[in-house]
Formats: sequence, C-alpha cells, structure tokens
Amino acid sequence: MDRFVFLLGTGLARGTLFALFALALVLIWRSTRIVNFAAGAMAIVGVYVGVAVTGLTGSYWLGLLATVLAGGLVGLVVERGLLRFASARSPLSGVILAIGLVIVLQSLLGIAFGQQHTPVRAPFDDRPVQVGGVPLLSPYDVFVVVVALGLMAALRLLFVRTTLGLQLRAAAFEPEVSRLLGVRVARMRTVGWVLAAAAASLAAMLAVPKELGLNPHAADMLFVYAFTVAVVGGLDSPGGALLGGLTVGVVMSLVTGYLGATLTPVAVLALLVVVLLVRPSGLFAAAEARRA
Amino acid sequence: MSARRTLLLGLGGLILAIGLTFLLDPYRNYQLALVAAYLCATAGLTVLVGLSGQLSLGHAALMAAGGYGFALTSQALTSAGVGGLPRFLAATVAAAVVAGVLGLLLGLAGARLHGPYLAGLTLTLVVAVPAVAASVGALQGDRGVQMQFEGVPGPLRALIALEQWQAWVALAVAAVAVTGLALVRDGRTGLRMRAVRDDEVAAALAGIAPARVKVLAFVVSSVTAGLGGAVLTFVTQSVSPGAYTVSLSLLLLVAVVVGGLGSLLGAALGAVLLVLLPWLVGTVTDMLPLPSQVTQRIDGTLPLLVFGLLLIVLVACAPGGLAGALTAARARRRARRRLTAPAPTTAPPSPTAPAPRESARTPTEG
Amino acid sequence: MSAALSVRELVVGYGGAPVLRGVSFDVDEGTVVALVGGNGAGKTTLLRTVSGLLTPSAGSVHLDGEDLARVGVEDRVRRGLAQVPEGRGVITELTVEENLRLGGLWRRDPADLRAALAEMYALFEPLERRRTTLGHQLSGGERQMLAIARALVARPRVLLLDEPSLGLAPLVVAQIMRVLRELCDRTGLTVLLAEQNVAGALSVADHGLVLALGEVVASRPAAELAGDEALRHAYLGF
Repeated sequence: MDRFVFLLGTGLARGTLFALFALALVLIWRSTRIVNFAAGAMAIVGVYVGVAVTGLTGSYWLGLLATVLAGGLVGLVVERGLLRFASARSPLSGVILAIGLVIVLQSLLGIAFGQQHTPVRAPFDDRPVQVGGVPLLSPYDVFVVVVALGLMAALRLLFVRTTLGLQLRAAAFEPEVSRLLGVRVARMRTVGWVLAAAAASLAAMLAVPKELGLNPHAADMLFVYAFTVAVVGGLDSPGGALLGGLTVGVVMSLVTGYLGATLTPVAVLALLVVVLLVRPSGLFAAAEARRA
Repeated sequence: MSARRTLLLGLGGLILAIGLTFLLDPYRNYQLALVAAYLCATAGLTVLVGLSGQLSLGHAALMAAGGYGFALTSQALTSAGVGGLPRFLAATVAAAVVAGVLGLLLGLAGARLHGPYLAGLTLTLVVAVPAVAASVGALQGDRGVQMQFEGVPGPLRALIALEQWQAWVALAVAAVAVTGLALVRDGRTGLRMRAVRDDEVAAALAGIAPARVKVLAFVVSSVTAGLGGAVLTFVTQSVSPGAYTVSLSLLLLVAVVVGGLGSLLGAALGAVLLVLLPWLVGTVTDMLPLPSQVTQRIDGTLPLLVFGLLLIVLVACAPGGLAGALTAARARRRARRRLTAPAPTTAPPSPTAPAPRESARTPTEG
Repeated sequence: MSAALSVRELVVGYGGAPVLRGVSFDVDEGTVVALVGGNGAGKTTLLRTVSGLLTPSAGSVHLDGEDLARVGVEDRVRRGLAQVPEGRGVITELTVEENLRLGGLWRRDPADLRAALAEMYALFEPLERRRTTLGHQLSGGERQMLAIARALVARPRVLLLDEPSLGLAPLVVAQIMRVLRELCDRTGLTVLLAEQNVAGALSVADHGLVLALGEVVASRPAAELAGDEALRHAYLGF
C-alpha cells in the first residue's frame, strides 16, 4: 500500500509534466492542425541553452528563464521560417517537415555537444520526503507540480480572459472569418507557436533532472508520452491534456513500479492503441462540437 | 504499364543488377545488398504514403518484425534439420507473414485514424521495439538473435565471394518485392488507393470501401518492409533492436520523400542514398584535416544533418522529390521541343510536372 | 451623394476562365444595393474580392475614394468595411458574447465596446438571452443575427452581406431586413447585399445590380428591376 501511494504520487508529478508538454502539442494542433513532431527536439534546444546559462551564471533560475525564452525563440523561428513551406493541400507535409527539423536539430546538437548524457542537477532535493514512514513526493517533485500547474493555469487565464486569448482561439477555430473581423491570424499563429514551444521547453527542462541526463535525444520519450497524453485527452482539448497527463503519468508509474521500467513503452503503446480504437477523439474531449 | 511489361522489367532489372555485382568489390557488393534490403522497405513505404496517403513512422519496427521472424524460423528449421533453399524460403515467407500480421493490426487501427494520429501510433510502436525485445524471452533483448553462419552454396563457392552471393539473394528478394508493388500500383488496387487518398467520400460513393483499401495498403507495405528486414538479417546474420531504431524509421521516410512519394524509382534512389550518403560524408570528413575529437562527433551525425536538410529543402522547393524533379525536367524538355516545332494548335503545354493537386492554382490569398 | 464603395473593371479568376470579367459599379453612401444573380454568377467571389480575401488580377476597389489594393483583409475592417461571410461565419466554439467582442476587437475603449454590445442586444433581442451560449447551440436565425450584429459592432460604414436569407424562415428574413433598412436610414450605413432571394433583396434595396456569368448585365433602381419581367426571365429565372 505504501508503495502504491508513493507510485501514485510520483505518477501524478510526472503526469503534470506530460500534461504541460501535451498542452504545447494541443496548442499547436488547434492553431495550425499540425501535430508538431519536432516538439521534443525544439524543446531540447531550449534546455541546452538553459543549462549553459546555469553553468555560466551559477543560477538555476536564470537558466530556467533562459530555457523558456530560448524555447519561445525556437518556436518563432520555426513558425516563421519553416512552416510556410507546409502545404495546406497535403496534411502530411507538416509532419514530414517536422521530421526533417527533428533530424536537423538533433544532429546539430550532436555535432556541437556530443551524444553523451550530461547529468543535470535538480535545484531541490530529489529524495522523497517521508510522511509517517511512507515515502511521498520529493521537494523537487513538488516544485515541478507547482510550476507546471501554475503555468497551465496562467495559460488558461490568458486564453479565456484576455482579448489576445480570444483572438488566439478565434484564429485557431475559423482563420478566415477571424481575418474578416480584423484578427491578425498569421501573428496569432506565431504567438501560439511561441507560447507552445516555450511551455514545451520548460517541461523538458523540468523533466531532464529526473531522466538519464541531457543529450540531443533527451526529450524523445517525453514527446512520445506527451503525444499519447494528447491523444488520450483529445488533441483539441487543453483540459483533456491535464487529465490525460495525470492518467498516463499514473499508469506509467504503476507499470514501472510493479512490472519494471523496460515495459513502460509497451504499456504506453497499449494505452495508445486502446484509446485510438475505442475513442479516437480522446477520453476527455467534450462532446465533439466542431464539424458536427 | 501492362503486367507483362512490369514482370519483364523486374526480371531485366534483376539480371542487370546481378551482372553489376561482378564489377564490384566485396565491400561494394555488401553495400549493394544493404541497398536492396532498404529498397524493400522504402518501396513499401512510398506506396503506402504516396498512394494511400497514410504516413508511417514505424516501418523500422515492421522491418524488425520481419527480421525476427526470419531469424527465429531459420533457427527452428535448422534444429529440425532443414537447410538450404527450403529453409531460406520458409524463413522469408515467415518474415513476410509476421510483418504482414503486424501491419494488418496497424492498418486496422490506421483505417480509423487521421494522418498525424497514425504517424504517432507508428512512432510509438518503433519506440517500443527495444522494450518488446527485452520483455519477450525468445527475442533475447538488446543482444538480439544471432544466425548461424551461412556461406555461399557449394557449386558457386569457387566462383563468387560471400558478399556477392548475399547481394544476389538480396537483389532477388528486392526484385520480387518491387515488382509485386509495381503490379499492385498499376492494378485496380492501386487505382482504389489513389481514389481513397484523394477523396475518401467520393471513393466510398464509387463503391470502394476506403477502410479495406487502407488496411490492404498497410499490409502490402508491411510485407515488403518485413522482406527488407529478412534480407537485412540474412546479410548481417543477426537481428537486434539496435538495428531498427527511430532514426532508421525516420530515415526511411526521408528516403521516400527525397526520392519522390509514390515513385518506386524514387524509393530506389532513396535506398541508395541511405547507404551511400553516410559513406560519402565519412570519406569526405576523413580527407579533411580535422582533430579526432571533431571527427568522432561528426561521424554518424553529419550524414543525418545532410539528410534532414535535404528533406526540408526538397519539401520546400521540389515537393515531387528527385523522381518528380526528373519528370518535370523531362516535361520541360519536351515542351521546349514542341515550341520549336511547327506551331501547335492547342494552348502551350504547361511546364508543371504531372504531380497531382499542383496544377489547380487558387488566386493568391491577400 | 458620393460613392462609399466603388468597384472598377474587376477581373478575378481561379486559374481557368475568370469568374468576374470586368465588373464595375458604385454603391452610394447610405443606400442598400442588392446584388442578385443565379448560382455561380460570381456574387460570393465579388464580395470576397471586395473584402480582400481574394486578390483580383485586374481592376480596383475603392472605399471612400481610397484604393484598397495595398490594404490587407485585417485592415479593411479597421477602415470601415465589414463582411458577413457566406454561411454566416459564426465561430461555433465561442459564445455569443465572445463572437460579438471579436467584432469590436480594435476598439480600444472598453466603455465604447460595452455600449456597442448593448446596442446590438437591443437591436437583436434574442441574442441577449443567449449571451453565454456557444455558437453551435444557436438556431439558424440566431446565427444570422449574431453574424450581422458582430459585423455591426465594428460600426462599419460599408457592410457586405453574403446570402443572409439562405436557409432561414421568411419571417426571420423579414425581421433581419427590417433592422438593416432601419440602420441605413438612421445611421447612414451602406449595404451591399448579395442574394439569390431576388424578390426579398429588391424589396429592401434602393438599387439593384444583376450579375450573370461574371458581368453586370443590369444596374437600375430596385423597384424598376423588380418590375422588369423580361430581365427577370432572362437572368433570374422567375
């Protein structure tokens, strides 16, 4: 039972990270109808910048800030520089371009920094705190959960409460009508990509200390899990990303704890297959309003 | 193209390629065998993506399925006392069946999914390959399955080296796979695939079952990918998860896009590129006076960088890929010839390649 | 009276034969001009070109004397040109109020926006009760009202309407037309109304344009057009 509680706790903590990363995928899917297969590679560029800044200044917080800024900048460059080549006629061209970007970014990082795993230290204690003899979350886990949930809440406020958010949503749902209303749709798309890429970079930065370390492929698995989360939650649904993230996090944590870490990818694959076959629109997507 | 012509073309190509092996040294023959193995996979992938419009990032996993099917069947038959050609054929068929069944499952899922979902599912599949290899005992984890050494069969032993023999076998399997795909492409099935790709609803109204066509496309593509895995296992005499990574999966896609989606010639160009580009880049970097530390970093990553850039540049500038660019160049040449000839009565020929969905230009969006 | 909207020799095509073949007309300030014609006459193409969604291959569009050639879609709204697109264009994932707020996007003064919204709720009463309802839950008539109200929140000087009566009950159409007519008479709003419902459109309009195969074949006062039987038979099919 103690073990179960511990696994549940770590699962929820990892789940918030998956959710944050998945939210980045959802934002981009909603605004451009592209699943950003390059999200992992883009995010890891931001993490390299952040780790370098931390190394230079000695401050974790400056590094974290640099990660977010660099991630957003990568999003800007990709959206402005690369995405205009994605053909609206072929839904596959976006995926193919993203694959090209993944290969380019990862090989550039490999050439610049090598393929080895560089350990990244957590800014807080990573050992779980015992509560009544039961190991629970570590301080770092708590930090991760607070930051991830905080950012998601902030994004929600931005989207629901502000005029910018209203324009972002309108541009995503009906680009042409939005233009007729004076919404600068191209700019909104860029803003969406910048926000998403920054959020994904932050999620990757928070995840790296819990993984093997930093290398050009460090976010690959995070991307695969986040994709699963986005599918489980519904690619169109930001709320679904949170619920899906927590679900996938807990499932993975339980599988890792009881069946072994090697099986986790298989479990994720199984979950993905089941959800795709049973409810392709996602478990938590609201009754499909769109294109009904 | 008539079926007979396709068969003759396939046979002629095979004879030509086998003749080529006599001109190559053993290492080149080994590379040729690898090209043939990758060709099975890229040809299947290009038909899947180009004709049926389904994107798979998991063809490396299907190759792995074929490879393991080949190796395990071969082992079982060896211990049962079967050898030689029967063993090879049975193992190859087993590879095709294993990959085909996996492809059937994927296709069943894929028929209900839009492009990006299917891409993600297949990506997750290839990510899970090492985990599956580790958790199923017979697959022996990261170490993989080693094959018993198999030399050149008796009568040929005095004549050709092992690599040349392997190249022959690889080329023969590739010829069967590619010819089969060409027949599918030119036949009714290919027509149905294109119909479903272009407009599922219209296809359904014309009496085509889109789901069945898509599943069929996936199975056909998986079978040839499985054959590719079998050939690769035969040539390298082992199969392990390390050979079927996400990177390979993505590179297969790069190869077919660079070659030109839907074009079997393009798939061949792509397969050649997959084998030759790393070697070419390696040769060039070896010639440059670089410190060993740099060479070490560049080795393996620089070819990837070239692949990635090539992919992006091609998608941006020549969506038809190399094969499409060739066709376009030919069309341009023909157009020029026609313009210099006595004036044609019809409107001047359009210089655009017969690439689908490119010709209908909408007014520029303001 | 001066022309609020002036279209000169407009040619628009989608690659093949042009859909619009040299269309010219003026819409005077404060008037309702009905643009009638059968299916495929080019009405929607014309409106989309005026609002900037399509770029003409030749010809010009002037708003209050200003050439709009270099003005993007998003900026034409800011200059007072609003369009209610074909199929209404209500963003069904947003609420009624959010749709309306989009209409007043570039109003920086919140009080001004609130006033505009209140005005619209007064004009189209059914909308007020459904402020927080999502667009996809609205009826066809409510959607059309919302689409028009949203365009009006921008306080345009010229309003383009594409087939507002399509799929609506005659009573609802009459109500919407009445509101529009009132607005024109009261505020000097200029309306270009594309309709297949010829009788309905001509009954509210001051002036009528008949578009056939991409050309203006008749341009006369609405009442006169409605009475010309030969023309009706030839181009309008009734």
